[in-house]
Amino acid sequence: MATDVRQAGDVPALVSEHLTLDDRVGLLRAMLLMRGIEERAMLLYRQGKVPGSFYDGFGQEAVSAGPAWAMAATDRLCVLHRDLAAHVIRGVTPVRILAQYMGREGGITRGRDGNVHFGDRRLGCVGMVSMLPDMMLVATGMAMAFKLRSEPRVALTWFGDGSTSRGDFHEAMNWAGVQRLPVIFVLENNQYAYSTPLDQQFAVDPVERAAGYGFPGTRVDGNDPESMFEATRLARERALAGEGPSLIEAVTMRMHGHAAHDDMKYVPAAQIEEWRRKDPIDRQVRRLEGLGVDVAAVREAVHAEIDAAVEEALAMPMPDGETATQGVFATEPALLEDGQAPWSGFRA
Amino acid sequence: MPQLTYLQAISDAMREEMRADERVLVMGEDIGTFGGAFKVTDGFLAEFGPLRVMDTPLAESAIIGTAVGAAVEGLRPICEMQFADFISCGFDQLVNVAGKMHYRQGLSVNITVRLPSGGGFSGGPFHSQNPEAWFMHSPGIKVVAPSTPADAKGLLIAAVRDPNPVVFMEHKHLYRRVRGEVDEGRYETPFTARVARPGQDLVVIAYGAMVHTALEATEDVDGASIEVLDLRSLVPLDEAAILDSVHRCSKVVVLDEANATAAAGAQVAALIAEKGWEDLDGPVVRVATPDVPIPFSPPLEQAVLPQVDDVREACRELLAY
Repeated sequence: MATDVRQAGDVPALVSEHLTLDDRVGLLRAMLLMRGIEERAMLLYRQGKVPGSFYDGFGQEAVSAGPAWAMAATDRLCVLHRDLAAHVIRGVTPVRILAQYMGREGGITRGRDGNVHFGDRRLGCVGMVSMLPDMMLVATGMAMAFKLRSEPRVALTWFGDGSTSRGDFHEAMNWAGVQRLPVIFVLENNQYAYSTPLDQQFAVDPVERAAGYGFPGTRVDGNDPESMFEATRLARERALAGEGPSLIEAVTMRMHGHAAHDDMKYVPAAQIEEWRRKDPIDRQVRRLEGLGVDVAAVREAVHAEIDAAVEEALAMPMPDGETATQGVFATEPALLEDGQAPWSGFRA
Repeated sequence: MPQLTYLQAISDAMREEMRADERVLVMGEDIGTFGGAFKVTDGFLAEFGPLRVMDTPLAESAIIGTAVGAAVEGLRPICEMQFADFISCGFDQLVNVAGKMHYRQGLSVNITVRLPSGGGFSGGPFHSQNPEAWFMHSPGIKVVAPSTPADAKGLLIAAVRDPNPVVFMEHKHLYRRVRGEVDEGRYETPFTARVARPGQDLVVIAYGAMVHTALEATEDVDGASIEVLDLRSLVPLDEAAILDSVHRCSKVVVLDEANATAAAGAQVAALIAEKGWEDLDGPVVRVATPDVPIPFSPPLEQAVLPQVDDVREACRELLAY
């Protein structure tokens, strides 16, 4: 794996020639929004305003920002719980995310499901279930629909290192390989599945398994949004060319506990320290400062947006208990719609 | 009107719906080249091609999970489990992903899951089960179980068009044993109960193959007037029709081929206890398979599955109450 261990002050190389300056700022902005929203949500959780538990993706922002940036409006995403930047890029507003965390009527699931278990169907996203990696099969099925209708579209899903031990990983990888489907599997290797380290999860890194299913597997620096973008862009090109699926292993680190209650005593301090130096946001900040971007202004705008969103979300009503039994069945079709696709490559 | 077997009616429903609606596809193990373990999709591959008649890997979770993905993209997949028993391998995708999708995210999941179910021919513990109650207990999934060819066709077409996951229980023992008049063309049968034979002294409430057992058992029980109510749909359960029969007949036998505990018939009995109590003129009597795996050897299997004589005896005792 090509890791970037340069000290602060070094300017990281520009990885993709398919990103404009605006794209690079957009990636930073999405990652800052993710971190800022999650930090505020954690405070709200500690204040008792977020019911249940709280999960975040601190330190993993690049894993969702890079791939989501490469996806077209008509593409589809099945988003995992530490991938908030994908929702932000597709167009979910911070206020709706915060309302979701707090179980408000204005949240994406209107209080029906909690925390990061959401996807805005009107933006082409399907939310996860807790049984991992069930969404690998759903994404594979979307790709099946694209192939059946001869549509130039791609589905993408994220899943963790723990997920690779379950049967649905195999069923999805095999099915996608057999039918050469336009689907991208992003393996989010963040070193721990709850408390279980990699060496108790698998004997061989699962990126090696891709070859056994008949398609390429690539290890990517999961803490670099541009590397993640470029790997996804290439996988998407491959899928659109009819060459089938790709597995991208994003090597990263879960910097916080599995959830808010988890003090991570099982993680060696040196490991945390090592990964702290590879923070994906710091890296993109240095990159942009090297390009002369006023990063402080970007940060300020993001924080102002989040401050306003917190106020607005806190003012939203809770759902009415009388409605709790409604909506179990659909009375009419309600399908996925297109999301936002900010990458400049789609406007060229 | 043409006479069709139960199997032909199921096959016709899918064929006609696929001809009329290009969103409909069928997927399952050995359903294409081979035409299905029971030949329900015989000839489909030649007519509709491999993209709409999909021979899948041996992977039930993948069959359900990919169908969900295709459905939220606007297709209408019909999944075949080779035997109803195998749905246990696809249970998670059906119950947790498909069943809860609309409530959680407002996305409709228009999939139909066909489950060839039931025993009576030495299928043994893994080719004889009636797992419908698993899905009655799981919010967001409809469950239908036709007993006649006409209802099999109409309920399947309605299932394919329903924007929700629908589990379609098709009893294997009826495939070629039951024949009946079936309307040509595409029609929907509502997810409601049907009076298979009217009566006024006692009602037997059943669904699927047990409707035929009930009809045979009650043809003549000492001259009594015995109604047979065919539930047809388990989710939604036609409470009005059940309570109407109870009101009319006052004595009730509830008949299940499934294992007795927490079966569909247990739900019917609970409903009657809650809302039909005033109309009863005797205890609600249940006839069902005891809580054992379905055994292989014929005398063992016959000993556990409800037989015509078991039902007749239950009716006779209740009539004398």
